[in-house]
Amino acid sequence: MVIEEILVIFFGIFTDYTLRYVALGSTILGVTSGALGCFTVLRKQSLFGDALSHAALPGIGFAYIFAGTKDSMLLMLGAAVFAWFGGIVTLAITSTTRIKQDAALGITLSVFFGLGVVLLTYLQSIGGPSQGGLDRFLFGQASALIETDVINLGILAAGCFVVLIIFFKELKIATFDSAFGQSMGFPTKYLSALLTSVIVVAVVIGLHTVGVVLMVSMLIAPAAAARQWISSLKNMLILSAIFGGISGVIGSMISSTTEGMSTGPVIVITITAILGISLFFSPKNGYLFQYLRKRKQRQSNLNEISTATGENSN
Amino acid sequence: MMEQKSVRKNMNNEQTIPIEIKNLSVTYRAEPALWNIDLNLPEGKLIAIVGPNGAGKSTLIKAVMGLVPITAGKVSIYGKQYSKQRSKVAYVPQRGTVDWDFPTDALDVVEMGLYGKLGWLRRPNSQTREKARECLAKVGLKDYADRQIGQLSGGQQQRVFVARALAQDPQIFLMDEPLNGVDAITEETILSILEDLKKEGKTIVMVHHDLQTVDKYFDWVVLLNRNLISAGPIKEVFTKENLDIAYQEKQRMSIQ
Repeated sequence: MVIEEILVIFFGIFTDYTLRYVALGSTILGVTSGALGCFTVLRKQSLFGDALSHAALPGIGFAYIFAGTKDSMLLMLGAAVFAWFGGIVTLAITSTTRIKQDAALGITLSVFFGLGVVLLTYLQSIGGPSQGGLDRFLFGQASALIETDVINLGILAAGCFVVLIIFFKELKIATFDSAFGQSMGFPTKYLSALLTSVIVVAVVIGLHTVGVVLMVSMLIAPAAAARQWISSLKNMLILSAIFGGISGVIGSMISSTTEGMSTGPVIVITITAILGISLFFSPKNGYLFQYLRKRKQRQSNLNEISTATGENSN
Repeated sequence: MMEQKSVRKNMNNEQTIPIEIKNLSVTYRAEPALWNIDLNLPEGKLIAIVGPNGAGKSTLIKAVMGLVPITAGKVSIYGKQYSKQRSKVAYVPQRGTVDWDFPTDALDVVEMGLYGKLGWLRRPNSQTREKARECLAKVGLKDYADRQIGQLSGGQQQRVFVARALAQDPQIFLMDEPLNGVDAITEETILSILEDLKKEGKTIVMVHHDLQTVDKYFDWVVLLNRNLISAGPIKEVFTKENLDIAYQEKQRMSIQ
């Protein structure tokens, strides 16, 4: 019975027009943020990703105010500009004041997000039918995706992957050992800016599907899960992208079963489940195998002790 | 035009000072880290940079490569600015500056030394792989090529870094405390490699912490404490008086 229902939902991807685009949009996001998130995690910039995505929110409000339409490309452009701006503000705070990075990220994140909420609620209050629904960017509402949206998202994602593939070697050296990379002539500053730019694009892709609040988990969770299984950067990127993509498909399928359910939280719970499984069951680092190894070790220690005391008593 | 070119080339050939530092000052925020350093380092020598903590030893080698912003002064590598001479210099950073949990193996790290020669866009290939394998063998880690870097011992990690510098095939090595906290085998391996490099006429500049071994390992020493205290052959420079000046300066300043 249950399996039958799951199959019906699954095949809905191919037959149901809406679900197809929802699933596609979510998958595009999952794959992109999964791959890019590896760099965020390895550079220990997870919170930077969080600040970027929260900073995108006021961009949506301003884009709507200035353009007066809900054209998704325009809203995404506004979001991208503000996300970038948020990143620059964070860097400016840390480099010109004595405030440390974590505090600077906290400031950017909350101030921009606060501004965004104020803007969106203001637009809500002045009424009119057309601005309703801007708040869906908080948690994502993938069911609102239409064909042109999905095509746009696909183009943006393709752009990210082109950058990733072309500059893979450079991004790798800048992530592992930036000073050494710089000594060979690969400028850390520009490579960081490039990476920030593609992450901004990933954030923008995520606006429709997971929204700004939960976006950071799409960057962190797939990468953290992939790291459990994988021992080379390239494979980590690939597996992380696969995890992200799977969670996009499953998440959007589950959320499609209930009317009006936000897709973002469901996708995030799905990827977190994948992370949980990885943390427990990965052969090298998983809790389960670590526990088993420890128990075996303790057992052999106990055996040694008991044989030793046995000898003594004799 | 042609003539001009050949003249310039001739001049370059005459220029044999590997590292020439003129009036170099570096400041972090308002604090001077290096003050008015004038220093020429000779070719084919093993050179130690010695001084108390916070004396600017690491800053000095970073400044040579333009990794820290220079407030005043000039650095030349074989007579030209560093950005034109990158291929002649290999940098071995402090081991603690990178994340050894990074998902990669020893061979891959050594191969990174060849990225500079590859330049932008070109990918590592079977040749770079082979070269990296050779360099890894030179530091005695042939059998560790596929080992995750996080599973190597501290000394082995340090040797991987040295192998990466060897892969660059440079004229000058700038090393930041490669002997700090390593095991005896690693220390021995690194020193014998450096001896061989010296015989090939390479210049090795190393930040060094252990005063006990300076006269045993090195030909030349640079005594530093934000200012240049003294620099020259060990016998002339590595004296008790000079060391007192270098290390007392710090104490006086910390009392203030």
